Amino acid sequence: MLKIENLHARVEGKDILKGLTLTVNPGEVHAIMGPNGAGKSTLGNVLSGRDGYEVTEGSVTFNGVDLLALEPEERAAAGVFLAFQYPVEIPGVNNTYFLRAALNAQRKQRGEKELDSMQFLKLVREKLKIMQISDELLHRAVNEGFSGGEKKRNEIFQMAVLEPKLAILDETDSGLDIDALKQVAQGVNALRSTERGFLVITHYQRLLDYIEPDFVHVLADGRIVESGDKTLALKLEEHGYAWVADKDPALTGASA
Amino acid sequence: MSEAQRTPFVESLLEAAAQAQLPGSGIGWLDAARRENLEAFAAAGLPDTRMEAWKYTALRALGQRRFEPGDAQAATRAVDDATYALPGVDGPALVFVNGVFRADLSRIDSLPAGLSLLPLSHALNGDAEPLRFALSRHYREGGDAFARLNAALAGDGVVLRVAAGAKVAQAVHLVMIGAAAESDLAWHVRHIVELGEDAELSLVEHHVASGEQQHLGTQVADVVLRKGAQLRHVTLQNSSAGGTLVRHNSVQLDEDAQASLYVLELGGALVRHDLHATLAGDRARMETRGVFVLNGRQHVDTQMALRHQALNTASDSIWRGVADQRSRGVFRGAIVVAPGADGSDASLSSKNLLLSGQAEIDTKPELEIYADEVKAAHGATVGQLDERSLFYLRSRGIPLTEARAILTAAFCRAVFESLDNDALREHLDQQLMAHLPSA
Repeated sequence: MLKIENLHARVEGKDILKGLTLTVNPGEVHAIMGPNGAGKSTLGNVLSGRDGYEVTEGSVTFNGVDLLALEPEERAAAGVFLAFQYPVEIPGVNNTYFLRAALNAQRKQRGEKELDSMQFLKLVREKLKIMQISDELLHRAVNEGFSGGEKKRNEIFQMAVLEPKLAILDETDSGLDIDALKQVAQGVNALRSTERGFLVITHYQRLLDYIEPDFVHVLADGRIVESGDKTLALKLEEHGYAWVADKDPALTGASA
Repeated sequence: MSEAQRTPFVESLLEAAAQAQLPGSGIGWLDAARRENLEAFAAAGLPDTRMEAWKYTALRALGQRRFEPGDAQAATRAVDDATYALPGVDGPALVFVNGVFRADLSRIDSLPAGLSLLPLSHALNGDAEPLRFALSRHYREGGDAFARLNAALAGDGVVLRVAAGAKVAQAVHLVMIGAAAESDLAWHVRHIVELGEDAELSLVEHHVASGEQQHLGTQVADVVLRKGAQLRHVTLQNSSAGGTLVRHNSVQLDEDAQASLYVLELGGALVRHDLHATLAGDRARMETRGVFVLNGRQHVDTQMALRHQALNTASDSIWRGVADQRSRGVFRGAIVVAPGADGSDASLSSKNLLLSGQAEIDTKPELEIYADEVKAAHGATVGQLDERSLFYLRSRGIPLTEARAILTAAFCRAVFESLDNDALREHLDQQLMAHLPSA
């Protein structure tokens, strides 16, 4: 479904990704772990099409389409969803209105019929079973005055409504206490399916206690330096990222 | 200025004055006031940008234009009443077409108790004496060219009075229609509004176009709120895309009076609004809310001056501006807390959004405080849409143009939240949305 090959990307003239290769198939959950500065968030931003990231080499295809040639909204309509590390507050835009506008914009781009407000409300009620957020938050401005946990739950709720093919979770665990983390993980697990792929980007292993990955990759200095199953995450937790660096002589001396 | 230097603009209006047959002519004090204001206009002409109040609004191009005197056919021009119908506004209505009162389009029979509503042209045919104070004003500032012109040439407008204690439930609709004509016209309206003690009134000032034209309209309005009176004044300015409109509105608030002003500026090629308010009585309160949304080459200039002149008065102003393409918005908010106006509370916020690299917004809050124990806050910003917010919307599938429209509408919308006429507020929202780029 997602094929990243030899991806190089730079931000503000600085090379961040330096030859990243990764394939995600439907139904698979891939965890990307790595120290600060390894390029984890850059990967999420490049995939979702944020401005300011220049791809200098390599390719990304999504179900056979050149993902990098698409605008952010076209990527969303194609089925790519980014759960933000820092969800943006948008005063004056009602959360439910926003979500309906998003869903209908995607449907329109895909040539599907838009949902009227009754159909949409029915869908919202259904999706609230997957990721509970309060009525009050549904009717407030997008993320405005939400707590850290509420913002992340709102991201997962949006994911539930938009039903992407590929979900990228960018450090979704950051800033969450253990209860909030469990709630968010439950929501993500409820959305796992044989048709949907996940890219779970995280610094810490603890998120993976609740969202069990099929594959774990270690990202260091812009490349995947180690891949394995979920036990790799445990090893990292035990030995720290220095352990990976030690295993790869090319990285010795590289800043983490 | 000598006669040789007179611009086509001044010349054409002096010709108009020579031909004008104005209601009330023959009343000595009125003739004198009209003549003196006209002479002042002829002598000074239009202000230039060296004058502080006109710094950002150049009138050179206007000065080269000629305008025909009043519209001889104004009384009979066909106007579709859908042009000015407003949801939530179905009370008494006074309609002016190119500055001329139209009884056939107005609704002034069976007025609610305590409300008196007359076209100025009728009022001047009766006992004009009560209007003497308002109509014998001399505009002495060099920048008051349009007020002078209006004083010299206005033959119509509204004279509205609410009796002490009367609470008028239905909104009064005041409609100024610029109607397409055979040539560019200059029209002038003069409004006089007074709310007696503890009276309440909702007023909707509405500028619309019937057909495209490039007329010049001037309006001068004096509004007085006696002790404890409450006014809600909504202005929807949706005049012709080619039109020039200059409004000069003054509001005086006596003790415990309260005024809420809402202004939505959408239309016009060249628009100027001078809004002067005096909080003259203790505990008077004033709220102003304004939005302008501009595109093309529109130029809209708002000059607000609020004067706190008594104890414990309060003013709260929120203005938002959006400029796209090559348009230009100007906002000046000057608040003076005069000596002795202790305990006053003044706040002013002017936030502005540039949607294009060629658009320009000049905003200038000014605060002068000469009293004690004053609370004052003001802020002004000019910026662009937040890139992070735009990306967030796009990442969820909302195309760029729609994302921009959503964020721009959100930027403006909160301004009218306190307007408690739901149908009218929704209409303003819709008008605003319709005026936004690619919404």
